[in-house]
Amino acid sequence: MKGLSGLLVAVCLALVAGPVGADTIKIGVAGAHSGDLASYGLPTVNAAKLVADAINAEGGIRGQHIELLIQDEECKPEKATNVATKLISDGAVAILGHICSGATKASLPIYTEANLVSISPSATSPELTQSGQYPTFFRTIASDDAQAKLGVDLALDTLGSKKFALLHDKGDYGRGYAEYARTFIEERGEAEVVLFEGLTPGAVDYSAVVQKVRQSGADTIMFGGYHPEASKLISQLKKKRVQAHFISDDGVKDDTFIKVAGPDAEGVYATGPQDVSDLELNKAAREAHVAKFGSEPGSFFEPAYAAMLALVNAIDKAGSTDAEKIMEALRTEFVDTNIGTIRFDAKGDAEGVGFSMYQVQDGKYVELK
Amino acid sequence: MDWQYFFELLLGGLTRGSIYALIAIGYTMVYGVIELINFAHGEVYMLGAFTGLIIASVLATLGFPIPMILILAAIVAIVYSACYGLTMEKVAYKPLRSAGRLSPLISAIGMSLFLQNYIILAQTSDFLAFPRLIPDFEFMEPIAHVFGSSDFVIVVASGISMAFLTLFIKFTKMGKAMRATAQNRKMAMLLGIDADKVISITFIIGSSLAALGGVLIASHVGMVNFFIGFMAGIKAFTAAVLGGIGSIPGAMLGGLFLGLSESFATGYIASDYEDVFAFSLLVVFLIFRPSGIMGKAKVEKV
Repeated sequence: MKGLSGLLVAVCLALVAGPVGADTIKIGVAGAHSGDLASYGLPTVNAAKLVADAINAEGGIRGQHIELLIQDEECKPEKATNVATKLISDGAVAILGHICSGATKASLPIYTEANLVSISPSATSPELTQSGQYPTFFRTIASDDAQAKLGVDLALDTLGSKKFALLHDKGDYGRGYAEYARTFIEERGEAEVVLFEGLTPGAVDYSAVVQKVRQSGADTIMFGGYHPEASKLISQLKKKRVQAHFISDDGVKDDTFIKVAGPDAEGVYATGPQDVSDLELNKAAREAHVAKFGSEPGSFFEPAYAAMLALVNAIDKAGSTDAEKIMEALRTEFVDTNIGTIRFDAKGDAEGVGFSMYQVQDGKYVELK
Repeated sequence: MDWQYFFELLLGGLTRGSIYALIAIGYTMVYGVIELINFAHGEVYMLGAFTGLIIASVLATLGFPIPMILILAAIVAIVYSACYGLTMEKVAYKPLRSAGRLSPLISAIGMSLFLQNYIILAQTSDFLAFPRLIPDFEFMEPIAHVFGSSDFVIVVASGISMAFLTLFIKFTKMGKAMRATAQNRKMAMLLGIDADKVISITFIIGSSLAALGGVLIASHVGMVNFFIGFMAGIKAFTAAVLGGIGSIPGAMLGGLFLGLSESFATGYIASDYEDVFAFSLLVVFLIFRPSGIMGKAKVEKV
């Protein structure tokens, strides 16, 4: 008996002692791992573990094993700053995270000052990359305005729209979409915005808004919001014989929309994440997750897995843990990931990642190439 | 002034106002008889829509013609919701009848939450498609872009049911008993009126009208959800107060008034402020004419 417990202690010590040492590459994984938003952050931890295990099993990055420093900040900006400071003092060479835009924004000044690379799989606020304030920040998810840009480009280049009615559901997401769309339309200057209105979600009907759209003479409607309002709106538009293109966002690219709106949904355009489910790497990543954790991957697992792959590849290609060299590699070296072959642009957004335009055809969303 | 636009908004407001009026009648009748604001009334409207959906789906698979489905679904929904209304009264309000005014109010809020959660558990929390039960009539086609067939059916059906209700209250014995109970319940009971029966009938009528409204509006917008009763209920309650709570013609007028003002506010100002406008109207009325359009100012005995 005594011998057995001695053995157990030895095993435990060995487990603790295993990854420690100067020859590991420490990568911080920061995000919400508990609290209300834990479901957004935990899949990223799983993705990091899967990639790290796979690399370590093959001998690590040029002989150095990856060590993950996992820190929970519950998507709270005030905790995110503490976590950032802790990760820096613990010797992280790069960060996978953070998860929420707010927490990411709070942590970035600290990483920028410490010249530490961070890649977020999920922070979509446009300013994080576009402001140019955070040169060490990268992300593997398209920013919030990408959908509006895709919608406006489709309307102007393919549909030949001249007059836009921009409607939204008054929520952050929907209103943001409509406002980005207005900015892009005004930037291109080829068409005008004739109506910009917020709908009341849950209203008994939208007939007055529909009449207002008709009155405005709009040939294209862009709607920011979710499918319940969109299906109510589209069926009333059709009922009141309004002929206008209907373009919407990810919140509408949902099969419930087609189910509820029925034949009225036909011809509606909506942006949604690119379909990457057929990529070999993506299937492998999913299967690895199922094998190791016994469940399907959760939110942002795909961009997180891709971010980790990109990071590992960059550290490998850079040949050192020097931030300047890692950033150089992220921007110049293409890397095969589960969301396609990517590299990052000068601002830190991943090229070739993001949204596609879909259209409802014969009761199904079809990706337009 | 663009008259066509004006009429488009007017007709849109009329449709919406008719629905508000149908639901508001239930609030106002119950208040008139037992001075209770039945917050679960919006849920009866939602239950009506769900029953209509279930019946319509069954009948559609059996191959019934569309107008037939609408009529049958509406009838079953009305009967079913009337039973709910009656049961609600017996379970949640009758035991509290002598318990002051606050207890039944809390009970009503509890009932409302119960019914919402009951639908989530028994049906779904998702949005469901409601079949289009009102066909596009040929003769409405020239003006369908302004006033479609479903608007037409909603306005006509509400108009007819409100006319019947008015006749019922005015000319039948039960109507008379209702008016008497509303005026003074104790006195009515002394004169041999069965107040319990009157109250039950009141709940039945109110729930029936709400269910009719539920089926019509669900078919108009093509979707149902467990939460649709909340906003419709609050708006109808506002309409009832605007019209003067306790007064049936007041509820009809209040419903139309609210529907039209929302429509015009959306059309001429902005739909962003639709709800703000509706409730500001309520506040203004409560300040300057607390008894509503048709209500009589009550002399409170101290």
